[in-house]
Amino acid sequence: MAQIKLSNLKHSYMPSPQGPDDYALKEIDVTWRDGGAYALLGPSGCGKSTLLNIISGLLTPSEGQILFDDRDVTALPPDQRNIAQVFQFPVIYDTMTVGENLAFPLKNRGVDAATIKRRVDEIAEMLDVADMLNTKASGLSPDNKQKISMGRGLVRDDVNAVMFDEPLTVIDPHLKWKLRSKLKELHQRVKATMIYVTHDQTEALTFADEVVVMQDGEVVQIGTPVELFERPQHTFVGHFIGSPGMNVLPCETQGNRAIFEGHEVVLEGATLGSGGRTDLGIRPEYVSFGETGIPAHVTKVSDIGRHYVVSAMVGNTALKAVTEHSVPEPGSQVFLQFKPEQSRVYRDGWIATEERVQ
Amino acid sequence: MRTENQKAWFFVLPVLALVAFNALVPMMTVVNYSVQETFGNNQFFWEGLGWFEQILRSDRFQAALGRQFLFTGMILAIEVPLGIIVALSMPRKGFWVPVCLVLMALPMLIPWNVVGSMWNIFTLPKIGLLGYFLNDVLGINYDMTQQPLSAWITVVVMDVWHWTSLVVLLCYAGLVSIPDAYYQAAKIDGASPWSVFRYIQLPKMKTVLTIAILLRFMDSFNIYTEPFVLTGGGPGNSTTLLSIDLVKIALGQFDLGPAAAMSLIYFAITLLVSWVFYTLMTKDDAE
Repeated sequence: MAQIKLSNLKHSYMPSPQGPDDYALKEIDVTWRDGGAYALLGPSGCGKSTLLNIISGLLTPSEGQILFDDRDVTALPPDQRNIAQVFQFPVIYDTMTVGENLAFPLKNRGVDAATIKRRVDEIAEMLDVADMLNTKASGLSPDNKQKISMGRGLVRDDVNAVMFDEPLTVIDPHLKWKLRSKLKELHQRVKATMIYVTHDQTEALTFADEVVVMQDGEVVQIGTPVELFERPQHTFVGHFIGSPGMNVLPCETQGNRAIFEGHEVVLEGATLGSGGRTDLGIRPEYVSFGETGIPAHVTKVSDIGRHYVVSAMVGNTALKAVTEHSVPEPGSQVFLQFKPEQSRVYRDGWIATEERVQ
Repeated sequence: MRTENQKAWFFVLPVLALVAFNALVPMMTVVNYSVQETFGNNQFFWEGLGWFEQILRSDRFQAALGRQFLFTGMILAIEVPLGIIVALSMPRKGFWVPVCLVLMALPMLIPWNVVGSMWNIFTLPKIGLLGYFLNDVLGINYDMTQQPLSAWITVVVMDVWHWTSLVVLLCYAGLVSIPDAYYQAAKIDGASPWSVFRYIQLPKMKTVLTIAILLRFMDSFNIYTEPFVLTGGGPGNSTTLLSIDLVKIALGQFDLGPAAAMSLIYFAITLLVSWVFYTLMTKDDAE
């Protein structure tokens, strides 16, 4: 168990990187508390797997340090860092039984037979695979194989952190949910620091206490799932998290108001900075229909089960609203109201309004 | 009720006809010869299983069969481990991959009789580069035309030179198909290089290795051209393998009956050993 600190981390796959574009990771400064559950969330190619491999020691960063409890481990190979990693595709040793698979990391470290047996039984019971210990691992279903890969990480009681690299990719949808709750349960039982890499917001938000959102090799925002949803620091976060994502509407600013398609919008607080491209950000959940407000033309209504997603045009700008009842007809004229404490301005993508003090 | 459409069999017919004409019919001719005796003039007399009995009891056949098993055993014992070692030490990516692959494939592209001639010229004492070097520079008494041991070493080394590449390329194909995650997981699990080989690389190479061993068994068991060109079966009978002996009986002595019987026995042995190999090596998968 350890606190993990990434200090000034940069990585490039090129031998002599020139500009910032040559870096897969631009500048990462993060501290992860001991025993926390974290998610690294971002689209494919944002550098999250690179970051994970640097933490596990499979890659050495071009610049910067990795500290486990203030001990510099940047130069240490994976087996000396005491970390465990679960990969996208289940990695199991085909010729071994489930029990031998689980015992393998302990055997390699010269642990005595009695301890191995105790740990393997414990982990097998935790993962609900106790009845399979003597079967060949090669014949298992993907979700059980993935459980075994996880088990090989958890079987060592000295792991500093367990890392998951999109571990549910090959799992059937109906089993994903089961495996995810298993993970959550495991985290509560073993109390190891867990880092979960994914591009799936549902996975990230249900698993993690804190989510690190990445884009183009940079950390865009670190926060609890609620923070990411309620107050995205960047239009990317707003768009990436939520379904549908946040409306990002081109606007002008005038004092503490935003002017959107000629209509005045009240913001959560005073605008900050000046210049640059300005956008109004508001989540569809906070757009409602009323007697007065911004006139809009409804183009489409989709029933997605729990609620309706209404697509509408204000002037030449498309936006979405989410409503549970009072659904307008497609083609009708409506008035939209934006919730002021959830309306904010983004300057060149980054948030540029003062937070409203409750 | 499910009605089964059997029309698909018609698609097999052309192939069946082709195989019948180039394999089954000639094969039946051999079967025909093996149970008859002829003194020419296209006159045949029924012999029953007499030729089979005679061949199986003959010292000449048993000696040739013994040499054949010794040769194939040595070939497999050398080429399989060597092929695995070479495949493991080949680069997985970068500039040297195509270079290595082409170098590996080169010996296999050379026709059998050319390989035989090359090695003949290469190893002749006094004239050949290797023969001269061994005898006159290193002072080792080596003469594959006179000494059985020298002849055996030359035949085996020639086959290793010619065919180890096949094992290498097949194993290499198996190795590059292993995802990086396996090596990374093994690193994290603290596995030793031997464990990585034993539990990741070897199991993943198993299928291709099965094919490699089968091919090398069949090829080396049926080998004819290279040793024939190199040593002609000599000195004496020391490198007369089964196929060389068979050709001597069939075309040298023109004993069609015994030659046919020997062919069938030869074929049966190849088939039986291949089947045993295959069954043993794929046993685990069936479980």
